[in-house]
Amino acid sequence: MRHDHLITTKQLSRADIEAVLDRAAELDADPSAAADRHAGRLLGLLFFEPSTRTKMSFETAMKRLGGDVVDMGSVESSSVTKGETLADTVRVIEGYTDGIVLRHPKQGAATMASEFVDVPLLNAGDGAGHHPTQTLLDLYTIRETTGLDDLTIGIMGDLKYGRTVHSLAHALTNFDASQHFISPESLNLPREVVYDLHQGQTGARIREHEHIDDILPSLDVLYVTRIQRERFPDENEYQQVAGEYQIDAETLEVADEELTIMHPLPRVDEIAPEIDETDHAAYFEQAHNGVPVRMALLDMLLEGGEIDE
Amino acid sequence: MSNDREPTDDSAHELRVSKIRDGTVIDHVRGGQALNVLAILDIDGTRGEEVSVGMNVPSDRFARKDIVKVEGRELSQDEVDVLSLIAPDATINIVREYEVVGKHRVERPETVDGVLSCPNPGCITTGDEPVTSRFEVLEDGVRCVYCGTIVRENIASLIET
Repeated sequence: MRHDHLITTKQLSRADIEAVLDRAAELDADPSAAADRHAGRLLGLLFFEPSTRTKMSFETAMKRLGGDVVDMGSVESSSVTKGETLADTVRVIEGYTDGIVLRHPKQGAATMASEFVDVPLLNAGDGAGHHPTQTLLDLYTIRETTGLDDLTIGIMGDLKYGRTVHSLAHALTNFDASQHFISPESLNLPREVVYDLHQGQTGARIREHEHIDDILPSLDVLYVTRIQRERFPDENEYQQVAGEYQIDAETLEVADEELTIMHPLPRVDEIAPEIDETDHAAYFEQAHNGVPVRMALLDMLLEGGEIDE
Repeated sequence: MSNDREPTDDSAHELRVSKIRDGTVIDHVRGGQALNVLAILDIDGTRGEEVSVGMNVPSDRFARKDIVKVEGRELSQDEVDVLSLIAPDATINIVREYEVVGKHRVERPETVDGVLSCPNPGCITTGDEPVTSRFEVLEDGVRCVYCGTIVRENIASLIET
């Protein structure tokens, strides 16, 4: 695999991550400084699954760098409906663009696609696999709020299928972080991910919990994810489980007053709107950070540089 | 274990399966795995290979073992190393003019390509993409390089047919 693709956070060291976050901070402070850096360059957006934030923030980032995007549009209006393979699609788009952003419902799609192209390819989500650009904006947000070292983080919700969780968990093994995973048993972290976390160079400090109550007071960051209805056989079971993993003012009575609450969005009802106006809420700021972080990634990758040197 | 069966000397039982003149003998395969050995080596008899299989013959090393003899084909180390997934104790004898001219063990390869299919229906390799399956070989199982799925048990059920 070429190393100027971004496929998973497993390929990134602490130094790689910090280089991206540092560049993002520079661009955040003065976006106009990079306004023409990529004039004339085109980024291909291939989203085989719906997306609002990821797609629009990539588009915004590329345009703020002076470049432009070409968008495949919906799967229904593309050649995919004629049976074209992903391998063929990316080889065609490679000829049109200077870089490709890919979201696909199958795990490993970005790994496979990267074997067929020479332009930088960024994984914007591959099924229940990975979502590394989301993780980099999550880390940026954590660094801006509580800091990335001596961190105690709770990650709650759908840990089984949540690709943002998998990518974040891997990346945090580069830092001095205790990770607490809170979920119903049926949505526990996949054993593959646990295996990898224990394979990390630093030795991850991870614990799994079924309930948040006992761990909430010790958390610096609570990262909430959505539990999806379709993961449960019936509505009753979903309601019963989902209700246990919702955060409201009452839940937070035992939390540290400095607690930062994050969410990759979209949320449904797992964080009550009453939290939005508190100092705990960082999820909208988190979403905004998608632009400077993706600007940094595009700037580094489209320059022909590598992010995992 | 019964004591009234025939002597359990391995060589005597190999004779029962019949000697080959030139080719490869894969011995000390765990009982019941011989057909999986053939499947991994993509030997199904349709190309005219002369193949002898002994299944569940008494053995000193195991209670029962399988033996596979392939006439007219010398298997390379790369080819036989894939067998470590299902027959880690197998020994490989290369035979020329009825004499064993080379004897070696299977070694665990780093990856196996195009041999196993990923059991994860959500994996990109399970669709129509022009991609060859690739598994990293772990100490206690295999792992899909594409989706990360780890399989530790019943690896033989993943053999591509």
